[in-house]
Amino acid sequence: MSAAGLVCTQLTKSFGPVTVLKGIDFTVPHGKVIGLIGENGAGKSTLSSLITGVHRPDSGSMTIDGKPYSPTTPGDALAAGVVLIHQEIRLLPELTVAENIFLGRLPRKGGRIDRQRMYDESHAVLELLGAHVDPNRQVKGLSMAVQQEIEIAKAITRKPRYIIFDEPSASLGGNETERVLDQIRVLRDQGAGVVYISHRLDEVREVADGIVCLRDGQRVAGWDTGDVPTADLVNAMVGREFTYEHVAPEPAHDHRVLEVRGLGRRGVFADINFAVDAGEVFGIAGLVGAGRTETVRCIAGADRADTGDVVVDGKKINAHTPRAAIKAGIVMVPEDRKGQGLNLDRTASENVTLPWERLLAKTGLVTRGIVRAAGEKLSGELDIRGRMGLPVKSMSGGNQQKVLLGKWLVEKPTVFIVDEPTRGVDVGAKMAIYEIIRGLAADGVAVVVVSSELEEVLGLAHRVMVMSGGRQQGILSREEATPQAVMALAVANTSTDDPAYTEDHPVSAGTRQEG
Amino acid sequence: MPKTEPQTTDTTTAAEAPKTTASHRASGNRAADLFRSVPGPLIGLVVIFIAMSFLSPFFLSFRNLINIISQVSDIGVMAVGAAMVIIIGGIDLSVGSTLAFSMMTMAWVYKIQGLPFPVAILIGLLIGALVGLINGLLSTYARIQPFVATLATMSAAAGLALFITNGNPVTQFPDWFSSLTDTFLGLPVEGIILVATYLIAAFWLRFRPSGRALYAIGGNEEVARLSGINVRALKVRVYVTAGVLASVAGLLVVSRLDSAAPTAGAADLLNVIAVVVIGGASLAGGSGTMFGTFIGLLIIGTLNNGMSLLNVSPNLQPVVIGIAIIVAVLLDRGGLKARGA
Repeated sequence: MSAAGLVCTQLTKSFGPVTVLKGIDFTVPHGKVIGLIGENGAGKSTLSSLITGVHRPDSGSMTIDGKPYSPTTPGDALAAGVVLIHQEIRLLPELTVAENIFLGRLPRKGGRIDRQRMYDESHAVLELLGAHVDPNRQVKGLSMAVQQEIEIAKAITRKPRYIIFDEPSASLGGNETERVLDQIRVLRDQGAGVVYISHRLDEVREVADGIVCLRDGQRVAGWDTGDVPTADLVNAMVGREFTYEHVAPEPAHDHRVLEVRGLGRRGVFADINFAVDAGEVFGIAGLVGAGRTETVRCIAGADRADTGDVVVDGKKINAHTPRAAIKAGIVMVPEDRKGQGLNLDRTASENVTLPWERLLAKTGLVTRGIVRAAGEKLSGELDIRGRMGLPVKSMSGGNQQKVLLGKWLVEKPTVFIVDEPTRGVDVGAKMAIYEIIRGLAADGVAVVVVSSELEEVLGLAHRVMVMSGGRQQGILSREEATPQAVMALAVANTSTDDPAYTEDHPVSAGTRQEG
Repeated sequence: MPKTEPQTTDTTTAAEAPKTTASHRASGNRAADLFRSVPGPLIGLVVIFIAMSFLSPFFLSFRNLINIISQVSDIGVMAVGAAMVIIIGGIDLSVGSTLAFSMMTMAWVYKIQGLPFPVAILIGLLIGALVGLINGLLSTYARIQPFVATLATMSAAAGLALFITNGNPVTQFPDWFSSLTDTFLGLPVEGIILVATYLIAAFWLRFRPSGRALYAIGGNEEVARLSGINVRALKVRVYVTAGVLASVAGLLVVSRLDSAAPTAGAADLLNVIAVVVIGGASLAGGSGTMFGTFIGLLIIGTLNNGMSLLNVSPNLQPVVIGIAIIVAVLLDRGGLKARGA
């Protein structure tokens, strides 16, 4: 009995110095749907990557029906009947639906592709899923929902015994999600074991026959039924004590600096309203895909908002370019250090002076001395360990992150937005970065912190806005903002509560970014 | 979700690493360090120079050295623009055709329309700027890859150069104009123009915020944009500059030959890119200097001149240039490794 199904025992996995999975036990029986939940970074995706052979575990073992199972490539996993349906859709738009379904294993007859068989089988499996789409049609132009169904059809034709769904509903609206859930039930009734990973707790409760919760790489709770109160799930996801408290002194609230009124960007987020005073730290919390990054990018001019206003010191800004925002005193530290923040091949000093060279060059000339002086000053202020005259890539992650923050502090900003301030840095650097943010607020800057780490937002911010599905779900004061309260808002399912949102503003996977 | 972790490295080792190399350097071999800091192309140039002066008795005469400069001046002026375009991560295939088109327009305005010569020169320069503007707009606002955009303008400009005089060359320009390629205080005027162009460009790239921003754009466009740099406007500016410099190169050609032929410049494109690449710029963008480009120019010039002196078949000379490109790139990569980059 215990050996039936896919059984993982004591799986452990580290990436570099960070252990992301610590001794996970996890079982997927035949004909059951197991919901897998947890905060961002809890280890859900890592666990599914071990099961599907994308990564190998450092220790621990897996068995399928009692036989050892140790896939080293995704191909091994497929051969063993284990399929992953990824949260991002990966279809080739120029090929037909049927060709996509049979990609890499096109049926052949006498050396030629057996188009008839390909069509018939694709048609049959699509009908089974209730998707009415012509298998001979190009994928290009099909909606996200239909593409998701094709992904599922592709998985089913491999006749898998175990299927892992990694956030299949992230890009879908309410009705579409309902159909995916129906399809999962079909698979289950045919005897497959299904793992369903999702942030949307309502869906998990609806479809799952059992739920497992991960937190910080450990299995913290498990239920043999899907009928678990949401509050219990939320508690399991967040339930930990806070270790960091870096909140700046309570601001005087006598000077409103930043005001955001009705900000929206079509298909991404809508109707965002908040205000930040001088010296205040304003947190934005939410799960991956909630629209947090997209919102602050519009405030900082990196993307264009379609509706609403951004007001700084009573003046309407509505920056269409980062250049305009910087001129108005709004700076943003982007989440992606390498892709958006720093040029790792150039020196730290050159990186930090880049946005400010026009201001620093008093005579119109940027000399090496000016660049070096600016770099050294910052290095002292932020305690950056590493030589500012060397390429940034020679520094550790934590110091690179300090350089990134420092780049936006060469001139004192009015509004300081920081997206994922401590991504990929160690604990020591984390503390130092929290102190920098705290110091800025104490200095009278209006600070906006976006973070996927709950304790980070709650430890830094005076007030927290929680987003979900591209909408603001509420603004909580420091006293109200318990982890449970924030998480309850963050998992609120906007798409079913608000039909207008799903009809007119589906969150499209194309514009959705992590964070 | 776990993709952030591998970036975290141990803080202490990273902080200590530079210290150890620093102390090593202080006590270590200064001569080797000095040698390593010399750019690879410069070493190559010196080697070629020494070899040529042994191989040909005529090579090291003042007159011949002046000749080298004169021979490469048009290519050299175009290479300044090409280097800037390559630094921002673009490519300009249209330089040779732009040279021909602006030159033929100038000749047509002067000879056939009978307008004063200075006006003709101005119109020629404007044509260069216009082609550059089109290149810039196509590759930024219209989001066409620069290779494709400039391939199109290359074709169009080459056709227009032929069309404007029905394929006929134009000759006999004012006497004072050919003095551009005379000497001034013993130095060729075109050589002075060439060096001045490099100095101005080097100054811009090194000391002016907008010039320095070209490296940021080539390194990572999104980083540059989020840093408040007006990426598209600056890119357009660079393509316009490249177009104008191609026109200037056209003026030098007319001055030297006292003739404007619509097929001039057709073979220049590959030489121009060769100069920039031998000079150490990467087609991936974000790197390259005016000093390096100038050295690259001298390498090409010296090789061509030396091979002519040694009676190497003109058909074999491009083969040597090809080999030089590969050697330069391989040496450059080796040099980067040695410097620990």
